[in-house]
Amino acid sequence: MQMSTEIQCHTISVLVDNESGVLARVIGLFSGRGYNIESLTVSEVDPREKLSRITLVTSGTEMVIEQIKAQLSRLVPIHTVRDLTVEGPHVSRELALIKVAGIGEKRVEALRIADIFRANVVDSTNESFVFEIVGKTDKLDAFIKLMEPLGLIDVARTGVAAIARGSEGL
Amino acid sequence: MAQETMSGAKIVLKALVDQGVDVIFGYPGGAVLPIYDELFQQNQIKHVLVRHEQAAVHAAEGYARSTGKVGVVLVTSGPGATNAVTGLTDALMDSIPVVCLTGQVPTHLIGNDAFQEADTTGITRQCTKHNYLVKKSDDLARTMHEAFYVATTGRPGPVVIDLPKDILMLPAPYNATAKVKHKSYKPQVKGDLKKIEEAVKLLANARKPIIYGGGGIINSGPGASQLLTNFARTTGFPVTLTLMGLGAYPASDQQFLGMLGMHGTYEANMAMHDCDVMLCVGARFDDRVTGLLSAFAPNSKKIHIDIDPSSINKNVAVDLPIIGDVAHVLEDMLKIWKSTQAKSDARALEVWWKQINDWRKVNCLAFEQGSEIIKPQYAIRRLYELTRGRETYITTEVGQHQMWAAQHFGFDKPNQWMTSGGLGTMGYGFPSAIGVQMAHPDALVVDISGEASFMMNMQELSTAVQYRLPVKVFILNNMYMGMVRQWQELLHGSRYSESYSEALPDFVKLAESFGAVGIRVQKPDELDGAIKDMMAVDRPVLMDILVDQKENCYPMIPSGKPHNQMLLGPVAAGTEAIADEGKVLV
Repeated sequence: MQMSTEIQCHTISVLVDNESGVLARVIGLFSGRGYNIESLTVSEVDPREKLSRITLVTSGTEMVIEQIKAQLSRLVPIHTVRDLTVEGPHVSRELALIKVAGIGEKRVEALRIADIFRANVVDSTNESFVFEIVGKTDKLDAFIKLMEPLGLIDVARTGVAAIARGSEGL
Repeated sequence: MAQETMSGAKIVLKALVDQGVDVIFGYPGGAVLPIYDELFQQNQIKHVLVRHEQAAVHAAEGYARSTGKVGVVLVTSGPGATNAVTGLTDALMDSIPVVCLTGQVPTHLIGNDAFQEADTTGITRQCTKHNYLVKKSDDLARTMHEAFYVATTGRPGPVVIDLPKDILMLPAPYNATAKVKHKSYKPQVKGDLKKIEEAVKLLANARKPIIYGGGGIINSGPGASQLLTNFARTTGFPVTLTLMGLGAYPASDQQFLGMLGMHGTYEANMAMHDCDVMLCVGARFDDRVTGLLSAFAPNSKKIHIDIDPSSINKNVAVDLPIIGDVAHVLEDMLKIWKSTQAKSDARALEVWWKQINDWRKVNCLAFEQGSEIIKPQYAIRRLYELTRGRETYITTEVGQHQMWAAQHFGFDKPNQWMTSGGLGTMGYGFPSAIGVQMAHPDALVVDISGEASFMMNMQELSTAVQYRLPVKVFILNNMYMGMVRQWQELLHGSRYSESYSEALPDFVKLAESFGAVGIRVQKPDELDGAIKDMMAVDRPVLMDILVDQKENCYPMIPSGKPHNQMLLGPVAAGTEAIADEGKVLV
């Protein structure tokens, strides 16, 4: 059988026991087997059941993506592995805090672009802003690129959180 | 069941007893002294003191592989745990159920670089199926039982439990948990019936079918081997097995083509290459099996039965994956084959078998035994012939002797062949034989070895002597790391860089110094007598068999070549057996 050799980007949601070492298991799996991690976020989502949700963005051929899901499912403390990219429409968001320093026209331009992107100013001095921006990865990329000539100093990004559309849970 | 309170160390032993453990392999040290103190005061569990922790894990592997039970290891913190790492990795690669208890510094010292502290769970995370650090006494009993459940179910593997010393000393509650229910880990054992039906259809219409079986059949239990045999007999299909699968189908059967892969038989590899439907049963398309991937069985539909979904489409994209335990799936497959009155294509099969028998005529394993120098293949053939009447278990080290053993020793039953397949660990065979002999005290257990591999764990002679384990080490001594030398001949202009076994000990005297028996064999006509002597001795025996130093292991698929381009014997000097792209492969 032939499988596609095209490199695809997939967003994968993983529900895990929130126990020590679980993140190391996931990361170790990716580094040990040479898979890519484009983005990884993790946080506890169910304190009563002690479950955390990991959102992974990864890329690879069809065969590699299938392997990644199978290898993840094999880890003992992992409950559910779902490929949001395959399973249908989903929403993904990322938050970034972006520091831009400048005065005069550049400062005004930065503020103007921030307004277009619906970024909020969460800190300000006479010569700098910290913008908070939420959106898809490419929106954040575009905003950061525009800030570069305007005095971009620092970027902190959360990585992607994603969830399927509709009424079904993970 | 009433809850009892006892010390952590007592809980550990009680859980082992409740899990049916009767033998453990280990080495004491500061962090595990509480367990050793409890061991001293009981007589349900026998402890085998090894001479190096790596050997403890290999012994547990041999025990596990030859019984189908879990092998249990007990080592101390720090160096005890790090020495066990090679064994754990070996067990992971070959899917052997092992539970390894490691001592740890007390919880309040973890992270302080305390004496004999190592981050054992960190170090072993990638070389175990799962691992635990018990931080709370209340978790101890549950963790012990869960570890056995994880090690034995699904695709088996090694599990480490790291036990801080304070946890071993503090009292805690113990529940005899009969059945462990895990929140997230639930391996699938029954195959999808629709897919099995589809497989039956594919197989019934096959014109050039082949069954390619692996170690998963052995792990599934003796019933799986029986079902495989029934299925092959029912269909009349040829069967080939991987290194790990040997014994899953009787080697003496006409439908058996021998092992496949890099040093497999010509007929098995040619049949794999030319087949139109492949039924892969509990094998994982390892690179030693497939050869050049892009030319692997190019015109075949592939059916793959495996309990581990991550084995599917890992190296080779298959047409019909069936997730499930081999025995369950084969049972359903046989039922459906019969209930749907499926029939193999008899006429096509006749043509196929004729082709296979033509390949067989190449007689790819042939060798010429003269009167002066012992051929290693001949030594193994004689060992096989002379031990046929006895219950015999064979372990091996890694290298040429391992491949010759796989080629020339016939296994008719599962669980009688213990070898390091995935990791290729030199030094595996001797301690493994000790584990096998512990489980089968009356059987003949032989480690087919090379002189270099044997020296990697020869300290275990002391263990064998101490426990009066009559294991035999059958050293095919060619004074080379033979497989390294063979590759240097093929790839590096016969520059034998560091592959000569210099300054070897006198193995006969070595054996005697440990209190074992040493026998040296130099001539072909001495061999039978020496093997009989070896079998007659009820003590550990070291056989030093001086074999042809230049003999190489054939047939061989050179790296980077497909199945149908096997080398049947040495190539003429100057010919490029392996192309540049093959040279980078291992």
